[in-house]
Amino acid sequence: MSLAAAPQAPAAGATRRNDVWRRFRRNTLGMIGAVIVIVMVLMAVFAPYLAPNDPASQDLRARRTAPNVQYLLGTDEFGRDILSRIIYGARASLVVAVTSVAIGLTLGSFLGALAGYLGGLVDGVVMRTMDLFLAFPYLLLAIIIVSALGPGLQNTIFAIAVWTIPAFARVARSAVLQLKERDFVTAAKSLGAKEARVMRVHLLPNFGSTLLVYASLYLAYAILMESALSFLGLGVQPPTASWAGMIASGRNYITSAPHIATIPGIAIAIAVLGFNLLGDGLRDAYDPRTVKR
Amino acid sequence: MLNYLLRRILLTIPLALGVVFIVTISFDLIPGDPAALILGEFATPQAVAELRTSLGLDRPLLVRYVAYVGDILQGDLGRSIRDRRPVTAILSETFPYTVQLALAAIVLVLIVGIPLGLLAASRPGSWIDNVIRVTSLAGLSMPVFWTGLVFIVIFSVNLRWFPVSGTGTWRHLVLPAVTLALPSIAVVARMTRATVLEVLREDFIRTARAKGVGETSLLYKHTLRNALIPVVTVLGLQLGQMLGGAVLTETVFAWPGVGRLTVFAIFNRDFVLMQGLVLVLAMVYVFVNLLVDLSYGLIDPRVAYS
Repeated sequence: MSLAAAPQAPAAGATRRNDVWRRFRRNTLGMIGAVIVIVMVLMAVFAPYLAPNDPASQDLRARRTAPNVQYLLGTDEFGRDILSRIIYGARASLVVAVTSVAIGLTLGSFLGALAGYLGGLVDGVVMRTMDLFLAFPYLLLAIIIVSALGPGLQNTIFAIAVWTIPAFARVARSAVLQLKERDFVTAAKSLGAKEARVMRVHLLPNFGSTLLVYASLYLAYAILMESALSFLGLGVQPPTASWAGMIASGRNYITSAPHIATIPGIAIAIAVLGFNLLGDGLRDAYDPRTVKR
Repeated sequence: MLNYLLRRILLTIPLALGVVFIVTISFDLIPGDPAALILGEFATPQAVAELRTSLGLDRPLLVRYVAYVGDILQGDLGRSIRDRRPVTAILSETFPYTVQLALAAIVLVLIVGIPLGLLAASRPGSWIDNVIRVTSLAGLSMPVFWTGLVFIVIFSVNLRWFPVSGTGTWRHLVLPAVTLALPSIAVVARMTRATVLEVLREDFIRTARAKGVGETSLLYKHTLRNALIPVVTVLGLQLGQMLGGAVLTETVFAWPGVGRLTVFAIFNRDFVLMQGLVLVLAMVYVFVNLLVDLSYGLIDPRVAYS
């Protein structure tokens, strides 16, 4: 990497933020991603007002009906409204994804920054432990954790969080390694700033953007991971409405009523695509050098 | 070179020991008594105690760990709790199916993913580039088990081209292999595009262009080989993931490989089988990654093994 690749020294915060926003706004795909994410959040928060029906109420005379005027996306094997369940299902996916990535980001970037900043033995121990987690195929690690601890929402969050820790640790570590030798850090130290303050004021804002990009992309993976676990029956448990849970139970009617299993998958794909597009867009906006030419 | 090889291989030993350790403590993570859990609520306390002893759960963690490492070195992964057969025997029956599926999928990834990435990189910013970029991102965003089900609805139930599930003929392999390959095709296409574009910006490409080398030759002769290292890394990781348990694909298509076996083991609470599976799958994954690392020198002789 050339000199131009070095991260920016702390510029005037507001100007930089404006630049980023300006670049992001011009990125159509990134904006589409942002809109998808916002819609999903609104769906989750206002589910009771948006859903046309109670997601749990069963219309036994209208079981497994194909999409129609009364039930826009049809009903499932218990006669529950699929559209309403998809709207409520956004909650499970978002809660799991956001919580697990938040935990993974906090722990991971703390451990990584610590390892990079202190170096030596701490660095060795922390990073070798991270390597150990990366030695498992990704879904397998989550499956071991959840099957050992027992299925359910909490353990799903825990499993996904553990899986995200190494990625955030690596990002934070390499950022800190790059930054800690730079002049503005030396200057702060020579002015008598304490280690904690150097970390918080001078280092974190400078790799915060990288973390944000990673967080967005890992939210996408986390939704996929949650849906994989829920599909296998290890994640979010019925009767809570979850997209993958709907697919799993609809699987039994794949020949007679394929809409039950297929429609919720579209919701998952759109949600994951949204976070992927947002992450890509943010990366390009923060780091103009990577913009496709 | 030999030195590097040796060191790189030696480095996987602590990793392997760590993996075994995680697998060993996974028993302690189980809330409550695993033996009671395995036998169910109607088991006599005596039976539970016996199972505890035979699983070695009455011994401290470190003793269990050392014993387990010893067993593994002798090729003994224990016996399945459910049907009492050696885990190694079960594995040797199921693993070939997973290998078959993974190889079929990785071939698809090679012949579709890399050309797509090249095509996109040869005309950056064009409509074809945009189409490839967006579809590969979409391919990455679809859950594998869902694509599998959609394929079954379209190609098995409606068109009746391929069987719904099972094994036997090449027709059985098509849908699972395509399903498993899709996200990896997307990853490899994106990676190829990005690295090719990066290489195209280098000085030696400008020199070659100035010399009058044609664009096609430039792309295939000068650029591709230089762009291969990151692509091979990604391919290796994908292959490792596929061999490490195509859990979802195998579950959807009832493919009798290790992925589906893992799910069976979980739901039967067959912890011994599960430990063995996890151990072998993680080791396969570590081994594939090692091979990928070692392959760098073959692709790019400039890579110094120091």
